[in-house]
Amino acid sequence: MTASGFWQIALVLGIAFGLSIPFGAYLARVFRGERTWLDPILNPVDAFLCRIVGRRTTALPMDWKGYAVSMLVTNAMMGLLVYLILSIQGVLPWNPLRFSGLNPFLAFNTAASFITNTDWQNYAGESALSLFSQMAAITFPMFAAAATGLVAAIAFFRALAAPADGGRNLGNFYHDFIRALTRVLLPLCLVVTPVLVWQGSPETLTGVAVAHLMQGGVQHIPLGPVADLEVIKQLGTNGGGFFAANSAHPFENPTPLTNVVEILLMMVTSLSLVVTFGIFVGQRRLAWVMYAVMGVLLVGGIAVTVCAEQAGTPALAASGIMLQAGHGQMGGNMVGKETRFGVTGSALFDTVSTAFTTGSVNSALDSYTPLGGMVSLGQMMLNCVFGGKGVGTLNFLMYGIFAVFIAGLMVGRTPEFLGKKLERREIVLAALALLIHPLIILLPAAWALASPYGVSALGNAASHGLSEILYAFTSAAANNGSAFAGLQANTPWYNSVLGLVMLIGRYVSIILMLALGGSLAAKPSVSATAGTLRTDTALFGGFWLATIIVVGALTFLPALVLGPLAEIFMMHPHG
Amino acid sequence: MWRPIAGGALRMTLLVWVICGLAYPLLEVGVNQALFPQAANGSLVRIGHRVIGSRLIGERFTGPAWFHGRPSACGYHAMQSEASNLGPLSRRLRDHLWARRARLVREHPELATERLPADMITSSGSGLDPDISVANAEMQAPWVARARGLPLARVQALVAGATKGRWLGLFGEPRVNVEVLNWALARSVAP
Repeated sequence: MTASGFWQIALVLGIAFGLSIPFGAYLARVFRGERTWLDPILNPVDAFLCRIVGRRTTALPMDWKGYAVSMLVTNAMMGLLVYLILSIQGVLPWNPLRFSGLNPFLAFNTAASFITNTDWQNYAGESALSLFSQMAAITFPMFAAAATGLVAAIAFFRALAAPADGGRNLGNFYHDFIRALTRVLLPLCLVVTPVLVWQGSPETLTGVAVAHLMQGGVQHIPLGPVADLEVIKQLGTNGGGFFAANSAHPFENPTPLTNVVEILLMMVTSLSLVVTFGIFVGQRRLAWVMYAVMGVLLVGGIAVTVCAEQAGTPALAASGIMLQAGHGQMGGNMVGKETRFGVTGSALFDTVSTAFTTGSVNSALDSYTPLGGMVSLGQMMLNCVFGGKGVGTLNFLMYGIFAVFIAGLMVGRTPEFLGKKLERREIVLAALALLIHPLIILLPAAWALASPYGVSALGNAASHGLSEILYAFTSAAANNGSAFAGLQANTPWYNSVLGLVMLIGRYVSIILMLALGGSLAAKPSVSATAGTLRTDTALFGGFWLATIIVVGALTFLPALVLGPLAEIFMMHPHG
Repeated sequence: MWRPIAGGALRMTLLVWVICGLAYPLLEVGVNQALFPQAANGSLVRIGHRVIGSRLIGERFTGPAWFHGRPSACGYHAMQSEASNLGPLSRRLRDHLWARRARLVREHPELATERLPADMITSSGSGLDPDISVANAEMQAPWVARARGLPLARVQALVAGATKGRWLGLFGEPRVNVEVLNWALARSVAP
């Protein structure tokens, strides 16, 4: 790692962590209905929007079931609307390049992908979607999916905060959803979009510019409302780009400044939610322990990736490339990376993006070194290193419940978490939530590997091909959306199966966690005694970390051995 | 309980669609067209009324009289941005690297024993990367100067004019914009 690379990473992480403390407190104020400084402007707006959705509907107290059902029904309707628009975009306005509607498989995959916060893309934005679709069928579900994840986490926090009514009122889904939009997502988007445009991201209703090049010939340059999509793409940990090249495209991410802004946008909410959680349950020390455990996994992942990409591969060395940075060039593995970001800016962006399950990329993960690519794959397999908006914190707490349970068994104490006894029902729910993730990754991946229609989509051979398929289903299950993009997955089989994996990975996990929250909320609190296993200590933090690593490794190691690990050994055949 | 939930979901869907899917992007288009008209329309560069390219989107330059950008997986087709997506052990990747190096050495035999800047023979993430590293541009400067019969110092001055350092001295990498550089070259003297 170079000196400037080190400071670049340290500064970005430092700013992100620094922002998360006031922002986390702000989120807590917003969702506990306390006063915030935007109230004078936004209270009338909220009231107006609540009146449109229905005054009675937005005031209804909801238990976990009511909350989950409202979320499901709303998301289903939104997903259907997206599917409809994508299917008939040929007859809709703002279609300067006259793209026809997407076929049913691709439209299903895309609708499922964007409503579940995955943003896996089996289409290329610039050559398949009209400007209207980019706004009304891509930007729209990006807001919806981000708000859904955020409020689901908030409802879970309320359930864990030992509510006096036993969890009969975890808040109102619609009311929370409106506040997530008006107090968090929209204001930030409105402010940040002009920054990206200032740096060079287009924001126009013109579809294409025709350039007459100096050496003759023409270049068709696609344009559109790019910047506004870009901001919610990052802020909402969505990740689906306007263009196929995603954040590597000079229009989506024009300068090193926008690169930093985009990294900060995708980190800020998930980091802040840890602080918010601490405030909700009144245990700030616990929040710090969580922060530290996730921080270790994140910083470790970034360090490994940056060093691996800077070191490059024997194949690059043999082709006579400078791998050391210096003398006016950045060195390292620059295959699929942009000059303006270099190795550090690329590896930092992509590792953060897979840890926070955004899935946007500013460099081609398929061409990363085996170790660098494995870090991204691993972050999504754990799916809890801060994670996507809301759900990452849920997954991390699920591991926490396991850690308490295992520790309790080891020392012979009744497992308790946040003053509630963990009993059979809670452990069953957490176990289901834990198992569903590897199940919907490994089963379809095995199916793909064993079938001609699965293997024919591969862009690379041997172990790297296995990694491509494994990556695709891991990305879908974790609702990440990044890809080893050599895989040509725009086929009926991949579109259908990946779409289903995304839906299960999103909704089954959220519902199980809400059920777990509801179950805990209904229990009487037990007061802490000298015999209680404390969860807000460094010791327990270490145990938490160990649980995540052991469970994750036991589940996925065999698959990793056949993919990226095999590649690491094949890379050095004589050494 | 079910009726208000379903009705609320429907009204919520339409409301969010109108606000986030239509009002927000259209508002941003209006505001940014007023604030940054040049950037909001793609940073296009014109000679007279004729658009000759975008300073952010690379193009393919051929021949010894121009600076060359990085290899591109999509041949600088701006409608098909993409990376090669070849894996680190890929035979095709190795073949590409060796072929690009061989072509350079054929044209410039003095490179036979040189190590090349990493960006010179690797293809970019977007296929449209407008930039090359400073080392890459410095290596090409004498070739371009010779082809155009220009003093090397003049070409090097143009390179310096198209060079950007790290943001705040820290973020990103120093780079030379090939579009800006070649346009400056064309203005300075015809090939």
